[in-house]
Amino acid sequence: MSEFLEFGAEHLPYILEGLPITLGLWALAMAIGALFGLLLAWARLYGNKLIYGAATAYVEIFRGTPMLVQMLFIYLGLPEIGIVFDPFTAAVIAIGLNTSAYQAEYFRGAIRSIPRGQLQAARAMGMSQFQGLRWIILPQALRRVIPQWSNEAILELKYTSIAYAIGVSELTARAEKVGYETFMFFEVFMLLALIYIVLTGTVAQILQFLEKRTAIPGL
Amino acid sequence: MLLQVENIHKRYGTAEVLKGVSLNVVAGQSKVIMGPSGTGKSTLLRCINHLTPPDQGRVLVEGVEITSANLNKMREKLAFVFQDFNLFTHLRAVDNVAVGPRKIRGMNKVAARDLAMRELERVGMVERAEAYPAELSGGQQQRVSIARALAMEPKVILFDEPTSALDPELTGEVVAVMKQLASDGMTMLVVSHEIGFARQAADEIIFMDGGHILEQGPPEQLFASPQHERTRQFLSRIGEGGAGA
Amino acid sequence: MIVEILITQMPYLLHGVWVALQLLVCLLALGFVLGLSLAILEVYGHWTLRWFGVLFERIFRGIPAIVLLLLFYYGVADFVDISAFTAAVLALGLRSAAYQSQIFRGSILSISHGQMLAARAMGMSKPMAIREIILPQALRLSIGPWTNEFSSEMKATSLAYVIGVVELTRQARYIISSTQGNILAVFAVVAALYFIFNWLGNWGLYRLERKLAVPGFEQGGQG
Repeated sequence: MSEFLEFGAEHLPYILEGLPITLGLWALAMAIGALFGLLLAWARLYGNKLIYGAATAYVEIFRGTPMLVQMLFIYLGLPEIGIVFDPFTAAVIAIGLNTSAYQAEYFRGAIRSIPRGQLQAARAMGMSQFQGLRWIILPQALRRVIPQWSNEAILELKYTSIAYAIGVSELTARAEKVGYETFMFFEVFMLLALIYIVLTGTVAQILQFLEKRTAIPGL
Repeated sequence: MLLQVENIHKRYGTAEVLKGVSLNVVAGQSKVIMGPSGTGKSTLLRCINHLTPPDQGRVLVEGVEITSANLNKMREKLAFVFQDFNLFTHLRAVDNVAVGPRKIRGMNKVAARDLAMRELERVGMVERAEAYPAELSGGQQQRVSIARALAMEPKVILFDEPTSALDPELTGEVVAVMKQLASDGMTMLVVSHEIGFARQAADEIIFMDGGHILEQGPPEQLFASPQHERTRQFLSRIGEGGAGA
Repeated sequence: MIVEILITQMPYLLHGVWVALQLLVCLLALGFVLGLSLAILEVYGHWTLRWFGVLFERIFRGIPAIVLLLLFYYGVADFVDISAFTAAVLALGLRSAAYQSQIFRGSILSISHGQMLAARAMGMSKPMAIREIILPQALRLSIGPWTNEFSSEMKATSLAYVIGVVELTRQARYIISSTQGNILAVFAVVAALYFIFNWLGNWGLYRLERKLAVPGFEQGGQG
């Protein structure tokens, strides 16, 4: 046990240098996911046949295929047609596009769950469709989506580890490096596992706290 | 003495719901327990078959005390009919009735099914034997649940407000089955507001209030000349407009 | 040219699919047995088992799949020889057990308590009541959420790539290296294969759900 603690003390700093990368990857991907996801939700709720079709195809494809394959496609495949990204950017894009497909469905569900009467009342008083959505529907829908969104956020945080496969120097990649240098693979991956447990646990607590803070009775 | 209930105490939190209740039922008797809501009538019934273990007191069936060791075996002798029927939703009516004999008694498939059909016939549900609970009305479900109880060939059947969850038009069919059972000699302990059944089929009415048995006696005696003021109040209240307190 | 290459390489890709499917079946089976047992113990067992279950879930859901794979392959190899495939089955299987136990627990809990009461009142022992009354209903209710888990694990098999299991994604890599290019085409085909098998699995489970459905059987027990 004490050797494990020694091991941890010695190598933890190096591994944790990957934390900002992991978190940066996560934050950017979630941001892309949220913005693009909202757009996709709108397309699937209010878009014409063509827009709806395209958005649906996108959602089906990104949810029906593995994230690793999507990431390899973007990082290794796109250069074939001249689009080159560095590993970090490729990872951000891949994770971002992937989560946007899931978030689109959560947003769509939440918006649909708001009673029709709300939008009707908004239109009746003279608001446009857009204003109605912006000021009346979205604030309610966004609160309703928080539990699923939080779930998704935690999931994506774990998925950042996939970026290791294309060479991004985040937490997992660094741990592996330490492993190859010390050949103490068991210890280093246990350490990594602990780091992730603490990380996801903390983020989960924060999100739960935020959920309570923004709750509205009856919503 | 088929069923002996001795000195049952039960408390929930700080409230003592049953304050030392005792009663006896002889083979072939039908007894109806009545009283205002919340006096612990249903709790008493559930204490008898230990669905809710009593804090104090004991229950004897055919002279044998119910303990945690013989609980399952004893429950085979004490059938229970619930207010909410509680039929097994994934089984057809006939299978609901047959599952006890098959799985607990070890009967083979054919014999169990025959038994089930006989019991369903007894309660008038044989044409709907293949239906699922969700496809049956409340009254029909309750009759199937009585058949399910009968299939285990119990010594006593405990009825916990069997008609309270039913629409008024449907109570009749269930009460009719219960009356038939009583006249066939089944030993029954019933918690109910159904005056009709109490008056016509019960050997004795037990009136409970505030966690005690206040008085008990044959229906004619209790209805005609109740001893306690509370009993009088309760009876007059439900006497108007029929069943339901 | 591309089409030619795809045709000649298809057998390798299909072998990758075969390995992925084997991995999927093994890990889902492990997850099912362990997850169901855990769920039953958590709902009906001693409270200490509840805590164990919560701990188990916390751990296996808080660690990324890739890290579990690395831990079980490289980490365990420090002590005992283990094949990449076995490591993948264990890592992904235990993780799946954590997710599946949640699904089953939810289904078991959604069945009205009255069903259990009726079974016990009849004289059924607890184990018998669980086996004959609760589980048949709980398993039916679980098919929907379990379909999601199926899809999730199907995609997770691609991660076994990082520990060298030669499933579909790794096959794709080999093909790209050996044929010098056609990266987009190969990955597109690979994505399509995952998509198709995922769709087939979903369809199969949907049919199963329909076949086992009992009329009026929405959320757990009736009256």
